[in-house]
Amino acid sequence: MSQTLQVDVWRGGADGHYQTFEVPHREHQTVLDVVTYIQRELDPSLSYRYACRVGMCGSCAMSVNGKARWTCRTHVKRVVEHGRLRLAPLDNLPRIKDLATDMAPFFDKIGQARGTFVPTRTRHDPFAAIAPDSPARASIDEAIECIGCGVCYASCDTVAWNPDYLGPAALNRAWTLMQDSRDAAHAERLLAVAGDAGCHACHTHMSCTERCPKQLSPTASIAGLKRLALGAALKGEL
Amino acid sequence: MTPRTAARLWALQRLSAAYLAIAVLVHLATIIYAIHGGLSSAEILGRTQGNLAWLLFYASFVVAVALHMPIGLRNVLSEHLGWRGRSLDLAMLAVALVVLGLGAQAVLGVFL
Ligand code: SF4
Ligand code: SF4
Ligand code: FES
Repeated sequence: MSQTLQVDVWRGGADGHYQTFEVPHREHQTVLDVVTYIQRELDPSLSYRYACRVGMCGSCAMSVNGKARWTCRTHVKRVVEHGRLRLAPLDNLPRIKDLATDMAPFFDKIGQARGTFVPTRTRHDPFAAIAPDSPARASIDEAIECIGCGVCYASCDTVAWNPDYLGPAALNRAWTLMQDSRDAAHAERLLAVAGDAGCHACHTHMSCTERCPKQLSPTASIAGLKRLALGAALKGEL
Repeated sequence: MTPRTAARLWALQRLSAAYLAIAVLVHLATIIYAIHGGLSSAEILGRTQGNLAWLLFYASFVVAVALHMPIGLRNVLSEHLGWRGRSLDLAMLAVALVVLGLGAQAVLGVFL
C-alpha cells in the first residue's frame, strides 16, 4: 500500500479544473474519508455533501475515477488506480461548486413521474392490510430500498442523450407505487411515466443496475412499467 | 406523440424484432442455398415467380423491416441529433413508406 494518495478533485462549477491533493493512505479508508481529510486539513473551501456516513441518506454520491459511487461506503483500496483518485461531481446534473451538484432536476423528475403516494383512505379509516407475500408487494421488495443517491441517474446514457428522460430512480419509484394497492393515482401515474421521456426511452443498458450501490434493478422496474403501459394501451386505458 | 402511441410503437418494434430474428435466418439460408446450389438467375426466377409462399414470406419480411427500422431510427435521431416532435414523426412515417415501397417493388419484381 503506497503511503500517500494523489487525489485530483474537481474545483469550480461548470467551468473548472482539477486540483491535486496529497492525502495519507490509511487502512479501511473510504473515499468520503479522503474528501473530508482534504476539507478539514488541506482546503476548508472545498464543497461536498454527506450526512449519514453509513449508506442511508444518499447524499454523498460522486464520480470516482469516472464511475458514480456512494463515497461513504466505497473503500479507497477497491477503487484506487496507481495510487490516484479522480473525484468529480455526479454526471448528468448541473454543477454548483466543487463536488456538489444541483440535485433539483433529479428530484423534480421523481415528482414528474408522480412519485408521491396518493392515499385512498383517510386517517379515520382502518389500516390497509397488505400481505407481505402477495405478488404485488413481493415484486417491489428491492425497489423500495432506493436511497435517492442519484448514482443510477448519473450513470444512464439515455439521461445524457435525452435531458427530458425521467431516469431510472424516478421510474423505479413510480413502479413501487404502481404496485401499491393503497394508491389512488395508478392511471395518472402510468400516463406520466409512459412515452418518449418515460419508460419507453429506456434502452435496457443496465448501467443503472450495474452501478446502484443498493444493488437494486431500476431496469427491472422500468420493464415492469413497460408491461403495465402495454397492457393499458391494448385495453385503450392509456 | 401520445403515451399510448409510444407504448404501441414500442410493442410493434419488439414484435417485429422477434419476427425478423427468425426471418433474417431464413433469408440468409435461402441466399446460401441459392448460391451454393449454383442456381442461375433464370432458375431463381423460375422458383420465385408465382410462388405464393415465397411472396407471403418476403412481403411480411418487408413489412417487419418497414415497422422496425423507422421506430429505431426515430430514437437514434432524437437522442443523438436532438430532433424531436411532429417533424420527426412525419419524417419517420415517410421513411417507413419509402422502405415499404422499395421492398414491395423488389418482392413483386421477382414474383410477377
Ligand atoms: S437500463 Fe434504462 S434507466 Fe438503466 S441505465 Fe439503461 S437506459 Fe438508463
Ligand atoms: S435506484 Fe439505486 S442508484 Fe438509483 S437512486 Fe436509488 S439507490 Fe441510488
Ligand atoms: S453519507 Fe449518507 S449515503 Fe453516504
